[in-house]
Amino acid sequence: MQPGKRVLHLKVNGEAVDVLTETRKTLLEVLREDLNLTGTKHGCELGECGTCTVLVDGEPVLSCLMLGAEAEGSEILSVEGMARGSEPHPLQQAFVATGAAQCGYCIPGMLLTAKALLEHNPHPSREDIREALSGNLCRCTGYTKIIDAVEMAARAETP
Amino acid sequence: MDDLRRVSTATNPDSEAYGFTPDRPVTTIAIPAPPTRPEKPEGLSVVGKSLPKVDAYVKVTGSLKYADDIVLARTVFGRMVRSPHAHARIERVNVERARALPGVVAVVTGDEIPVLYGHLPSSPDETALAIDKVRYVGEPVVAVIAEDELTAEEALELVEVEYEPLDSVMSIEDGLRDDLNKIHEDSRKRANIHKEVHLEFGPVAEGFAGADRIFEDEYFFDGNTHAPLEQHSVLANCELDGKITIWSSTQNPHYLHRVMASVLGMPASRLRIVACPVGGGFGAKTDVFNHEVVAAYASRKLGRPVKFTLTREEVFYAHRGRHPVLMKLRTGVLRDGTITAVKLDTWLDGGAFSSYGVASTYYTGALLPVTYKIPAFTFNGVRVFTNKPPCGPKRGHGTPQPRFAFECQLDKIADELGLDAAEYRRRIAVEPYSTTANQLRITSCGLDQCIEAVNTRGGYSAKHGKLPYGKGIGIAASAYITGAGMPIYRNAMPHSGAIVKVDRSGGVTVFCGVSDCGQGSTHMLATVVAEALGVDIMDVQVFMADTDLTPVDLGSYSSRVTFMAGNAARYAAESVREKLAAVAGPKLGIPPERCGFARRRVFDRDDPGHGLPLLEVFQLAEAHYGTLAGVGSYTPPEGIKGDFKGAGVGPSPAYTYSACVAEVDVDAETGEVRVERIVLAHDCGRALNPAVVEGQIEGSVYMALGEILMERSEYRGDLHKYPNLLEYKTLMSVDMPVIETIIIETDDIEGPYGAKEVGQGALLPVIPAVANAVADAVGVRINANPLTPWAVLKALEEKRTASKAGHASGAASREGAELP
Ligand code: FES
Ligand code: FES
Repeated sequence: MQPGKRVLHLKVNGEAVDVLTETRKTLLEVLREDLNLTGTKHGCELGECGTCTVLVDGEPVLSCLMLGAEAEGSEILSVEGMARGSEPHPLQQAFVATGAAQCGYCIPGMLLTAKALLEHNPHPSREDIREALSGNLCRCTGYTKIIDAVEMAARAETP
Repeated sequence: MDDLRRVSTATNPDSEAYGFTPDRPVTTIAIPAPPTRPEKPEGLSVVGKSLPKVDAYVKVTGSLKYADDIVLARTVFGRMVRSPHAHARIERVNVERARALPGVVAVVTGDEIPVLYGHLPSSPDETALAIDKVRYVGEPVVAVIAEDELTAEEALELVEVEYEPLDSVMSIEDGLRDDLNKIHEDSRKRANIHKEVHLEFGPVAEGFAGADRIFEDEYFFDGNTHAPLEQHSVLANCELDGKITIWSSTQNPHYLHRVMASVLGMPASRLRIVACPVGGGFGAKTDVFNHEVVAAYASRKLGRPVKFTLTREEVFYAHRGRHPVLMKLRTGVLRDGTITAVKLDTWLDGGAFSSYGVASTYYTGALLPVTYKIPAFTFNGVRVFTNKPPCGPKRGHGTPQPRFAFECQLDKIADELGLDAAEYRRRIAVEPYSTTANQLRITSCGLDQCIEAVNTRGGYSAKHGKLPYGKGIGIAASAYITGAGMPIYRNAMPHSGAIVKVDRSGGVTVFCGVSDCGQGSTHMLATVVAEALGVDIMDVQVFMADTDLTPVDLGSYSSRVTFMAGNAARYAAESVREKLAAVAGPKLGIPPERCGFARRRVFDRDDPGHGLPLLEVFQLAEAHYGTLAGVGSYTPPEGIKGDFKGAGVGPSPAYTYSACVAEVDVDAETGEVRVERIVLAHDCGRALNPAVVEGQIEGSVYMALGEILMERSEYRGDLHKYPNLLEYKTLMSVDMPVIETIIIETDDIEGPYGAKEVGQGALLPVIPAVANAVADAVGVRINANPLTPWAVLKALEEKRTASKAGHASGAASREGAELP
């Protein structure tokens, strides 16, 4: 193997993948550049904006701050893997229904953060949602419709 | 046209004293007659419904491709060496060591692309890379292109640039004073002045002479930046035949196309610009950027795709954000508050280059008379160059600053004259179908309804002055353009064009050059076309912002998209509909005019049960006419522009109106201002999609709260203090107050289905409403933003000191002077 490279064994969006990557690359870069999963976005690459959030073993992680190598053996969920089969995830449906996506750039990170929230806390209050999303910046929406969407999805999941 | 009332506006004979000579003494602005009944098209099936956006699913599934998501084989990556000095001469550039680094494929220096460009053709002063001198910290000097970004980054370290530092000019005061230290040495203007504007309308001297009271205050609006979450990105690919395609996160593909052709010295037909969906614009991506030019140039040189994506720090240097503006505002009023005259002087800190600065300068004055009746108005604007990243258009372009000043002063006037600030504003609001002192044509206008609505819902009149210390309520109103009435370069061609194609499949495709920066242009086009043709909105495919595929549209700026591109698309669809009606009518045994189109059916309007499937009509029409397509274009009406130098900034086919009530809680111990509730009413003409309108209002409120509470481009010496998203404070989800939006519909007679803008206007009243609420809460008027805890504490302290010394009120504001 070339110096500075290694093979990572990951489970990405339910599929086992072995990917040859450079050891210096962040998980964000592995996803976007090596696996061509460009649904994960970036707004700073310094851990400031939350745009690059993915789930690593179910927990929200800023993929720009984690080296790909640190994710070795983990299960990664990015926005591309959220749908349940051919059905969009209830969060995705709620984001569509409320009009929560304006430019859409922050949305993948918001969706995954919200998904982790709902898994830990299926009946969050509006305050819980605000709190959970406070590390994810959005410059378009004023957060209002994003919070509405998470509330709506929580209701849809637990009738 | 017979149905036009002619309104004459005499200009003031004294105005020559201010260096402004009208071409003709009297200007005629054509005012259309108000509609006898509001044009409220009945039976709309798509317009007015909060349908999910047609591009919502691609956004929530991560499949929408922004510029940086596009990958081409053999792409090489660029980075730029940026100046560490605010102002310096470039003595020597040595790129040999960088060039020799393995993996580096090209190094580009300024002298290779020497053509001057600028967004406004009147003021080209930028080059792709600095040539003789640098003018701000962060200005690109050398570009390095390598096989991967990391190698390019490493090569930056190997580029040697020797500078001879010059004194820097970092403030408006410096820019006005310093005559020897010119940032642009070939400028013939005094000191570092970029643009100077002097305008006078109506009997100003008489107005002030006849006033019972004159209020005079100084305000300062600090600069801030758009900070779109998507960092600017470009991918340029020169094919072997020499044709270059550029995918960029730009709001203005057409202007980029023009500038790029001239800078690269090639025919525009050999250059294709594709504006990718923009991950947040707010004006940040309306200019031509260094990295765009260098990418195209380098791709042509290398025959390979070249990509540049800015880092977050670089986005702060690319800037083009809100101008810091110092303002002196003098308003004469009668005892009942009637305004007799206004004098506004503004000084703009423009940063290092012109950018949109000429327009920005005019905009600090042009829209002031569009909100309230101001019979006489004089405006002096000066923009200075400083050694900071260039300022440009940010949401509201040049208007939030004077609007802040004016609404704060109006609040003070109401206070001192003992008037209810909401009722007072309603009394002096401009009338629909009128002209302003500066010859702007107002058509539909819902200002009165907006103020009434926020007052009723927000309880301003009931609560103002009656809340406990620390709690406050404030009100403000505003107006904004629905699209700039003049293009950036002089021409008589349409501002927007669209093609609508329908075929035997039942599908409809719209082609329009406009871009989508998240405000919903894609959905707007689909809405307008679906409504006109009676198809389901999901039957419409939208192709946008591709200079090879789509008719020209001037871009996503000045809130012009819905009105201009919407009208173009509507006309295009209607021309197809005529053909459809011509074949459907005989088939239904009715005159074509009686054909209605809705829910995928063509039917008899007089007997809606009698109809045909639309698909069948598409096929009949295609059989009869051959391929079916229609074109439409939109040009603003004639006669909306005055006859004086500078009259090109301000005219718009329609103006929107908004009003805001803000409630705050101020902690007098810590100085912290918490906004608890915002009620905002906006007259958008007609809401094509109420959910989208609400979203634009909520986003505007959010951005406005950032500007009044915390966002600020601050410098420590020559350096931007915090070019990062951690310290450049923005509101987070936990900081947002309750927002109640009220949509006011006035059905503009020229707008598509009556629609006007919403993306920018709604930001304007929020900023002063919060400032006025703080004044209500703790009794100090702070005439500068942002209202940080520190600023509030300082103002409270000054008030304490002043009252100890026996003065009546805080030092932060100068009192209205009583005339003898
Ligand atoms: S890109 Fe990872 S936090 Fe901003
Ligand atoms: S939708 Fe644009 S940043 Fe959130």
